[in-house]
Amino acid sequence: MFEILEKRKLCSNVTLMVIDAPYVAKKAEPGQFIILRVTEDGERIPLTIASYDREKGTITIIFQEVGATTMKLGMMNVGDCLHDFVGPLGVASELEHLKGKKVAVIGGGLGCAIAYPQAKKLHELGAEVDLIAGFRNTDFIILEEEMKAASTNLYIVTDDGSNGRKALVTDVLKEQIEAGVKYDTVIAIGPVIMMKFVALTTKPYGIKTIVSMNSTMVDGTGMCGGCRLTVGGETKFACVDGPDFDGHLVDFDEAMRRGRMYKTQETAAVEAHREHCNLMKMEVK
Amino acid sequence: MANMSPVKNPIPEQDPNVRNKNFMEVSLGYDEATAIDEATRCLNCKNMPCVSGCPVNVKIPEFIQLIAQGKFLEANAKIKETSSLPAVCGRVCPQETQCESKCVRGIKGEPVGIGRLERFAADYARTHASDEVIEKPESNGHKVAIVGAGPAGLTCAGDLARMGYDVTIFEVLHTAGGVLMYGIPEFRLPKAIVQKEIDSLKAMGVKIITNFVVGRTETIDDLFAEGYEAIFVGSGAGLPSFMRVPGENMNGVYSANEYLTRINLMKAYKEDSDTPIFRAKNVAVVGGGNVAMDAARCAKRMGAENVYIVYRRGEAELPARKEEVHHAKEEGIEFHLLTAPVEVVGNEDFWVTGLKCQKMELGEPDASGRRRPVPIEGSEYILDTDAVIVAIGTSPNPLIRSTTPGLETNRRGCIVADEVGATSKDGVFAGGDAVTGAATVILAMGAGKSAAVAMDEYIKSKK
Repeated sequence: MFEILEKRKLCSNVTLMVIDAPYVAKKAEPGQFIILRVTEDGERIPLTIASYDREKGTITIIFQEVGATTMKLGMMNVGDCLHDFVGPLGVASELEHLKGKKVAVIGGGLGCAIAYPQAKKLHELGAEVDLIAGFRNTDFIILEEEMKAASTNLYIVTDDGSNGRKALVTDVLKEQIEAGVKYDTVIAIGPVIMMKFVALTTKPYGIKTIVSMNSTMVDGTGMCGGCRLTVGGETKFACVDGPDFDGHLVDFDEAMRRGRMYKTQETAAVEAHREHCNLMKMEVK
Repeated sequence: MANMSPVKNPIPEQDPNVRNKNFMEVSLGYDEATAIDEATRCLNCKNMPCVSGCPVNVKIPEFIQLIAQGKFLEANAKIKETSSLPAVCGRVCPQETQCESKCVRGIKGEPVGIGRLERFAADYARTHASDEVIEKPESNGHKVAIVGAGPAGLTCAGDLARMGYDVTIFEVLHTAGGVLMYGIPEFRLPKAIVQKEIDSLKAMGVKIITNFVVGRTETIDDLFAEGYEAIFVGSGAGLPSFMRVPGENMNGVYSANEYLTRINLMKAYKEDSDTPIFRAKNVAVVGGGNVAMDAARCAKRMGAENVYIVYRRGEAELPARKEEVHHAKEEGIEFHLLTAPVEVVGNEDFWVTGLKCQKMELGEPDASGRRRPVPIEGSEYILDTDAVIVAIGTSPNPLIRSTTPGLETNRRGCIVADEVGATSKDGVFAGGDAVTGAATVILAMGAGKSAAVAMDEYIKSKK
């Protein structure tokens, strides 16, 4: 069993948890993910590793309560145990070769939780890191201090301008490139649509762009093929070939459509979960 | 005098039109009287041709004689001398191409129902010896590791534990059992039976660590560094193959692995399951093996009105067990044979609306010795479906070969192992689908068994 050692709300619907998982912590690297089940008979969900502490044997996960399973996870507290927690899965991000290089790391919303460990590792390697983070509005900003510490320059923008800067992450990226900043690599992590537009932005400049594909999956070890996507015309599995891929080769439109496969059922599950919670609240009263 | 009836005692089954709406077991098994009657059909041949047809050499005439004498628990014990999973084998082995194909009674009539009798003995023991005390063998002080808790790994673990080894199985999923849990459906192999077999291994002292990815959580070399003296890799078949036709990444296209895993391992067939699955009205399953039959029969049970098997060769070439094909047909699965998929057709939202197929005819034999299907020009038609399940095989998982220096793999990516399972890396043995590519449960068990003997010899030779 995997105990929850720490739980903290980063904003209204984003939660950070530190999990006791020494086996996973021993080998985890930025870019890799875990799969967990909250309870026996629960769904298996993949979450990217936000950070790890090899000495303490812990893994930090950051999640948004969007579906029935993440809502159940959000109801767990310090001292509770997760039923299953397996990892590290996926290929670690290749960052070593970016030592001393100029890199833009772009995070969108919850994607910042995954972009942050990458920026941190690059920063530690001595890369010059421009971290561009986009959020819906100022209430949803997470990890601001951490991101500041892990970057040379931090640019935070919001969709509605509520933090003082209304822009898309691609606007900032384009500005930088046009101002003459020469990036060796751009790393983009966030909603598929954001990664698509980051890749479109960098393509004319020929800047290598890495994206992290968080597809729907069941086992996470290459068995189910549910996470497949088309990269450069070939079928790849996000779980064993990724999650990092060359952003200029990924078929993002297909990935977005595949991401909607269970939308109806997910909405129904969320409704059922809410109803169940409301019933529980009424019983308490 | 032997019972000279030319046919096997039929095995009672759920009615096809009832069972194709539930996930309960199809076959109900022999009762005691029928088992004894069937057992008396065995001629107890001195040269035991049946045994040579069994990958784990179950002492077939001996256990059948015990059934004939009403000694059912003893019969099960006799099977267990060489097979660790009798209740499983009695259900899923392709007996018609193995033991039963060698049975002398099969020359003029039907062979003895060896599989049915094996199943009877195992089920009898399970229900009548529930408090069976399993003794832990005396430890020989040597530690071995098994990668993967599927049929190969479980068999290898059981045999090594009986020899006194300290055995630890590392399993990536949250449940042990491998394909017996995630692949083969409940109605063909009830999960409680698999669990019981796993529990008896645990009672013998085998440790099973789930949620552990060898190749990621730790590598093979890490395990050696921790003191495991020999390692058996039974990591299974791996990544599902796709058809490489346009449209196969549309919504509604599943690999059989994914479809079956959602249903069997993740229990999507239960009303209260958290696992989403698309309940299609018309389903095309591409492929003709056991996995295709399992997927088709699951789809029917999940409420599909029409389920089609699309297979590019003919009836005679279907790789599935005859019984599975027979059961599928009884349950209303429609077979489109000599038919190949050429494109998945979809709507503007990229949901499947059909499978474009082409009729085939059989030409000259190909490298596999089977007649090669050749497309018939102008024979294309569209099968109306809202889901397509692809069951055309697998390719090996790269995880272990890419993280284990010195482990040789072949052109297809399968681990290279000799007939006893020894690989190119000292102390590493392998077997099952990871070596052969997708095959059967019993072949994997046979490989696990030979490897256990080889590992024992390897460790002893080091002393």
